[in-house]
Amino acid sequence: MIGVNRNGQVWVFAEQHHGKLEDTGLELMSKAKELAKTLNVQLGVVLVGSNIKTLGQTLVRYGADVVYLADHPLLEHYQTNSYTKVIFDLIHKYEPQICLFGATVTGRDLAPRIASATKAGLTADCTDLQIGEHQAGKDGPVHKNLLFQVRPAFGGNIIATIINYDRWPQMATVREGVMAMPVPDTSRKGEIIEIQVHLKADELPLEIIKEHRQDKKVNLKASRIIVAGGAGVGSKENFRLVWDLANALGGAPGATRAAIDLGFIDRDHQVGQTGTTVRPSLYIAVGISGAIQHQAGMQDSAKIIAINNDPEAPILSLAHYKIIGDLNDVVPRMIKAVKERA
Amino acid sequence: MSYNCVVLIKQVPDTKRITGQAMNEDGTVNRAALPAIFNPEDLNALEMAIQIKDKFGGKVTVVTMGLPAAGRVLRESLFRGADDGVLVTDRRAAASDTLATSYILSCAVKKFNPDIVLCGRQAIDGDTAQVGPQCAEKLGMGQVTCVEELIDLKGKSVTARRATGHGWQEVRCKLPALLTVVDTANEPRVSGGKRLMKYKNARTPAEVAVETKAANAGADETTLKKLTEEACNKLKAKGLLIKQWDLDMIEADLKWCGRDGSPTKVHRIQSVVLTAKESKSVDPGEDGIRSMIRELIVDKTIA
Repeated sequence: MIGVNRNGQVWVFAEQHHGKLEDTGLELMSKAKELAKTLNVQLGVVLVGSNIKTLGQTLVRYGADVVYLADHPLLEHYQTNSYTKVIFDLIHKYEPQICLFGATVTGRDLAPRIASATKAGLTADCTDLQIGEHQAGKDGPVHKNLLFQVRPAFGGNIIATIINYDRWPQMATVREGVMAMPVPDTSRKGEIIEIQVHLKADELPLEIIKEHRQDKKVNLKASRIIVAGGAGVGSKENFRLVWDLANALGGAPGATRAAIDLGFIDRDHQVGQTGTTVRPSLYIAVGISGAIQHQAGMQDSAKIIAINNDPEAPILSLAHYKIIGDLNDVVPRMIKAVKERA
Repeated sequence: MSYNCVVLIKQVPDTKRITGQAMNEDGTVNRAALPAIFNPEDLNALEMAIQIKDKFGGKVTVVTMGLPAAGRVLRESLFRGADDGVLVTDRRAAASDTLATSYILSCAVKKFNPDIVLCGRQAIDGDTAQVGPQCAEKLGMGQVTCVEELIDLKGKSVTARRATGHGWQEVRCKLPALLTVVDTANEPRVSGGKRLMKYKNARTPAEVAVETKAANAGADETTLKKLTEEACNKLKAKGLLIKQWDLDMIEADLKWCGRDGSPTKVHRIQSVVLTAKESKSVDPGEDGIRSMIRELIVDKTIA
């Protein structure tokens, strides 16, 4: 644990695999930059891997003031223990006030391990970060310039704002897809600090035997239009309607967890709290009742059309266009109307 | 070689069934109004542990931290095939965040000196997925998160396939190790009929106290204490008294428990009310649909 360090930087962990930076870390940098500005401190980015020196400059272009670069052959593949050791040492040396990680599988494997070793607080899967003040009790001391870690809890039924005013750094993992990607600026200058790494192979409990990289079958985050189906679609055969409408619109097919559990479509298409968080221009919910867990993943869509035969379905309260009717009639009519325009 | 497994389980409110009645006026969740269930992915962890025992021999112990009512998930574990269970319950553990919780659980786990610790990837009330890795750190063990398949156990190492979010990895980890298990790993078995009959009367001392009080309305404290003790002894003789430990018994340093041990604090809680800003009903007939699509083309939502 480190104490309260008001001059500490705001840090982001830049996740990379095989020399490719993950979007989540970059997205996080735009938010972190804002926080750093408010606090009047620098944005530090931690980059760990092997043969990754060229990525340091990329991170500067994306907004890093300082890049802490740990380059070592034993860091080639992500491993909990080796990455924890490197970042733990860095935190104790430079004492950042905030440390942010993408809430990816890797971020959620690494951040808790570091937080536990550091005995610092960690908030999972935040959807927003702000700077604010907190008073502990009515007459208690006021803590200024704290990191407000905003996250859904209880399956998305409540939004909690979490703070940590004494045992720093203030750490959080941040959900993928909720922050905007920064625009790189090739003229930016920044400092790159190369870190001495001391690791021995026999200290690591893990050995990676095989790795299979499989990109998701669909990139929901990048889709302007998503047509998503729920359990109400009824069957895998009938889910064809969702695919057809998505194709007609040049969009991507999505699904609720219920539809996936019923085997209508592959898990890669899941939208919601445990799936992908999306914010397309248009979200069409077909036969989706609208469990709060699903809403949490699509509520920020610019326009929402909901098609449901149940006028009480919760999804309708979110929709800009409510269509109460049988999806087997409505969806073909929509496909026809879209095609007619051409 | 046989393996000593400890499974960390949690009783959670069924967050899928949260309705308006389950919300307090201040926006917090009224846990008492929600049905309590076995955290789903912890069932997958328990199943994996029982499969290890079936194949290699050894022992499965379940550990939970919670209110006395959490005795129910321990009993359910016994029905499904666990050998032993412990409830860690203590008022001083209230308001623990994930860091304090993992500290307390790790103190309890140490008492069993396990080869493998298993838990669900995350619990549905918080979805943090933090307690597993934090326990592994406190226990000084290697961790394998998001395990989809346990491939092999050989001597002092475990081989498993884990999801990475962009595919999978097969890894070998030295034991002792902690695994967090995802819901696709297996199909948890249901309670065995014989085990159900055997363990249906198993109780934690806290549950015995509650039941004794209910059955002896009006009895004074001393009598209740004596009756509870007698009932506990009877259960113990039959092997049906579930272990119950407090923070002293697991030798936890109070500095790292409960509110004091929790760096994260709640600043504010808001309940979620999601509604669209402008909403219109569209007639499901051909004309209604056509005019909606036209509108979306005009405002360039559809390119």
